[in-house]
Amino acid sequence: MKKLVLNWAAVAMSYFLLGLIRVLTGSQARWWGCPPKAEQRIYFANHQSHADLVMIWAALPRELRHSVRAVAARDYWTKTPFKHWLTSAVFNVIYVSRERHADEDPLEPLIDAMHAGDSLILFPEGTRGFADEPQAFKAGLYNLAIKFPQVELVPAWINNVQRVMPKGEVVPVPVLCSVTFGAPMHVQDGEERHAFLQRARDAVIALRNV
Amino acid sequence: MYQTLKNLTPAQQIGAMFVIVFGLLLLAGLALFLRSMREFADPQRAQQHRDEIDNLTQLLKTSWLLVFVFWVAWLAGDVSRLVLFGLGSFFALREFLTLSPTRRGDHRSLVLAFFVVLPFQYWLVGTAHFNLFTVFIPVYVFLAIPVVSALANDPTHFLERNAKLQWGIMVCIYGMSHVPALLLLKFPRYDQRNAFLLLFLVLVVQTCMVTQHLVARRLMQLNKPAAAPLVSQSFIWRAWWSGMVAGSLLGALLAGITPFVPGQAFALSFIACGAGSLGHLVMKALKRDRGIPIWRGEGRGVTGAGGMLDRIDALCFAAPVFFHSARWYFGL
Repeated sequence: MKKLVLNWAAVAMSYFLLGLIRVLTGSQARWWGCPPKAEQRIYFANHQSHADLVMIWAALPRELRHSVRAVAARDYWTKTPFKHWLTSAVFNVIYVSRERHADEDPLEPLIDAMHAGDSLILFPEGTRGFADEPQAFKAGLYNLAIKFPQVELVPAWINNVQRVMPKGEVVPVPVLCSVTFGAPMHVQDGEERHAFLQRARDAVIALRNV
Repeated sequence: MYQTLKNLTPAQQIGAMFVIVFGLLLLAGLALFLRSMREFADPQRAQQHRDEIDNLTQLLKTSWLLVFVFWVAWLAGDVSRLVLFGLGSFFALREFLTLSPTRRGDHRSLVLAFFVVLPFQYWLVGTAHFNLFTVFIPVYVFLAIPVVSALANDPTHFLERNAKLQWGIMVCIYGMSHVPALLLLKFPRYDQRNAFLLLFLVLVVQTCMVTQHLVARRLMQLNKPAAAPLVSQSFIWRAWWSGMVAGSLLGALLAGITPFVPGQAFALSFIACGAGSLGHLVMKALKRDRGIPIWRGEGRGVTGAGGMLDRIDALCFAAPVFFHSARWYFGL
């Protein structure tokens, strides 16, 4: 019974958040480089605000929202019971821990999810940036791409969200935002980690001006 | 016919008015549809024809939207009417600010504008505090916004950022809120019929804009020079005058649905059309400054949904001028 109530609460919450984000941002998805498709993909985007997660989730078509799972930092998003519930029941995110332990692979939860057939939303900067351009990308994206060479990597640029709710503010303001999805890419034969990450980052930045 | 209409109750008259207007829009849509069927042998001429039809379709859509909104507003009653116009302000301001270079330091000012100034202004309309309603934004908010911004401790482009915010508030909240305020003006011997006044303003301004647009297109084909080509290719004085005359004449013809005699209706329409069409020109200059052809930002797609401001900017400029000149002239 309790589970059922929580389930309903999660559905209600997701509709509430969708409505809210539409009113505040218009939540416009621009499928510029590829159409939305129910195939396994890794979406990777710039990260400037906690709202990025909600934004890209709202921009996806409803049919994809369940199988496309964002990757979020465990320490931040499980800090309070509400955040934990929000990210697990509503967004169905995959938690990763940011501090490294010698004996575990931080990518393991992601690899499990990929094996289960889910798509991922990654923020390869690892943390929120405050400059105009994203920070250097971390290696996780490359390692996943090597491990799953058949999976399409789709760059995405999230525009304007940092203006909705800058760091340290609690009340969001309405500004129109958009998520632009670019053309899928793959790791080329023999491509080095650094070169690939640079190319991926450039692909994200290039979407800013399309 | 006229006698029958005259003997109806105000509510029935307003209903009949909407039936007539919706009928006219339907006829216009039908005419447009039939014209779009025409075929041309010359592909260039065909393309031109298609563009023209697209343009007219856009205009017709705007008119449908406006009339529909007013119809709902009339059905819905006072409070929901205000909420409706408040939402209009909200979306227009959202669009305006998306393309203004606000910085992180402006966040609190934006919160103030959206969640305090906007509801309060409409509350003032709803409670008919006309004196405070006219000065609240130009006097009090004018100071409050920069104070909040200054406290955010960021002097970069301070004047520019604040000027843009103030401008957005003036156009999208102050201007827009004068439209529902028209419903509350109490003209002698004009009980309950203020919805007509609203329709009058919208019809007159929209007619002026449409006429101006159509004449300008014709004149552009004849290579007539625009008055300010860097701001607008389509603002040509002769087209502007045609729009003004068409709008004002329509206003005089519609005097029967207003509390005015035809001469007054003509003068007030003239003023409203002037404010609306020139305000539209000003908004065009603003858009050029930001390097976008329309607020929706087509092609660049910065803002996604919308294009709302393009449709209502003339009304936002016309409504306050119309409201205050009517109020001043009739001593209300």
